[in-house]
Amino acid sequence: MSGKGVEYWRWSEYRLTVPNVKLEKAKVITAGIDVGSVSSKAVVMVNGEIYAVAVMRTGSSSPDSAKKVLDWALEGTGLKPSDINYIVGTGYGRVNVPMANSTLTEIACHARGANYIWGPTVRTILDVGGQDIKAIKCDEKGRVLSFLMNDKCAAGTGRGMEVLADLLKIPIEEMGAASLKVDEEPDPVSCTCVAFARTEAISLLRRGWSKEKVLASYMRAMAIRMCHLLERVGCEKDLVITGGQSKNIGIVSRVEEITGLKTLPPPNWRENGRDPMAAGAIGAALFAKALYEKNQNKA
Amino acid sequence: MTVVAGIDMGVQNIKVVLLRDGEILSHGLAPSGFEPEKAARQALQEALEKARISLSDIKHVAATGVGVELAPMVNSKVSIVSADAMAAVYLFPSARTVIDVGAEESRVIRCDGKGNVLDFALNERCAAGAGAFLEAMARALEVRLEEMGELSLKAKGTASISATCVIFGESDVVSLIHKQEPKYEIARAIYDALAERIASMIHRVGLEPDVMLVGGVARDVGFTTALKRKLETEILIPKYPELAGALGAALCAMERVGGSRR
Repeated sequence: MSGKGVEYWRWSEYRLTVPNVKLEKAKVITAGIDVGSVSSKAVVMVNGEIYAVAVMRTGSSSPDSAKKVLDWALEGTGLKPSDINYIVGTGYGRVNVPMANSTLTEIACHARGANYIWGPTVRTILDVGGQDIKAIKCDEKGRVLSFLMNDKCAAGTGRGMEVLADLLKIPIEEMGAASLKVDEEPDPVSCTCVAFARTEAISLLRRGWSKEKVLASYMRAMAIRMCHLLERVGCEKDLVITGGQSKNIGIVSRVEEITGLKTLPPPNWRENGRDPMAAGAIGAALFAKALYEKNQNKA
Repeated sequence: MTVVAGIDMGVQNIKVVLLRDGEILSHGLAPSGFEPEKAARQALQEALEKARISLSDIKHVAATGVGVELAPMVNSKVSIVSADAMAAVYLFPSARTVIDVGAEESRVIRCDGKGNVLDFALNERCAAGAGAFLEAMARALEVRLEEMGELSLKAKGTASISATCVIFGESDVVSLIHKQEPKYEIARAIYDALAERIASMIHRVGLEPDVMLVGGVARDVGFTTALKRKLETEILIPKYPELAGALGAALCAMERVGGSRR
């Protein structure tokens, strides 16, 4: 992307271990691996509780990304991939998670993961990832009732943010806050096609718009697209946002304003691992536990 | 002697065509860059120099194209759809369906023998139906766009990708690379996908022969081959397909000063 100097588009990769979970008491160790178009997430669970999480950039090869992110999650824990009883793969690259015992759609996993993160009151999930927008309705157990997604067009997804970070030279994690520093919310950009994000932004800058105003206009248009999906699926509270854009305050606040609903705030994920960006992997690890136990009972 | 100019303010290039008494006198072209107005003056200057005339010899300037609002020295404006239709029947009197595939937009126009627009379909605000799609796919495939057309001709057609979206198309290309599909097959899949997309626009307005292809992408042999395959028909391509919009604007300018189109 930018090649030299600061890479404004680069978001923080991380791994963490949840301190209170005791590995010695492990009866069942499961993992969920969510290989997305932009980020790969791995969650390791001990007896159905989050033990370790890793979030990193997806490489050009899905199998490599799946292996790398799981290895990173296990780093320093003393666990090996072979210690894991059951692995579920999910996400856009799910067919390419070689170590998975089975694969599930990210829709089911996000709903299950959101239920775990926020509890049984969650009814609508807006998952905004690198190139997907999904609006999912679920019941109190996190079972999917219906969903809609952008299956034909990536306009308004997270990828556009990377392009703009690079162009505007604003670190990607500060863009949401920057977009809120406008006196008055501008009209949305007419075109959110990711391929045109650059030229669209350049033409606005040329008109004398500030960087913040360009971001506000672009994020407004993104939020409107997301809210169309929410409206079509039938948005009910509690509403939550998962995926990478759950960390973008510029998107979250605009979705809240347009829908008139407050989203449930993200929990203290740096301590308990319940990261909304990793909701798919969390759900996958929970399904892994259920599938493992089902198999054990059969045997 | 009446000289007029047509300017096509394209996204990628600015094109200028000069007409003298209905005959093409010269043309100029400059990359739009960040200052399209400056580029337009540059393209016009090039055309003037080639024709050995000066700006004061020009009676009327008509502009068209995406950036028409930024065009300098303009006496009148014309829609790109009308400009394309006028240019089409001027170049090939038998043309009835005009396909214009530009850098960021594409359009299909059905016209009568006088260059009047009967129906049209547009692809705007989406990169998947225009030259930008090929550019992005060439990048994903790691081949030069200028070489991708030739490369695709070797293929038999064993692969396919979706052209509903540039971003999804990139993912398709990357996964084909990982499946070790040969690059020439992927290249053909890319052109087939764009041809498919353009064909669906043609079906919206109805295909009436003769079919003519203009716009910068008409220079790409990979695309023209794929489109012929898809439409199962011959396609007329002018010598300078990227100049159609500017030519149409110039023809319009000619009309506006009371001269005949030919």
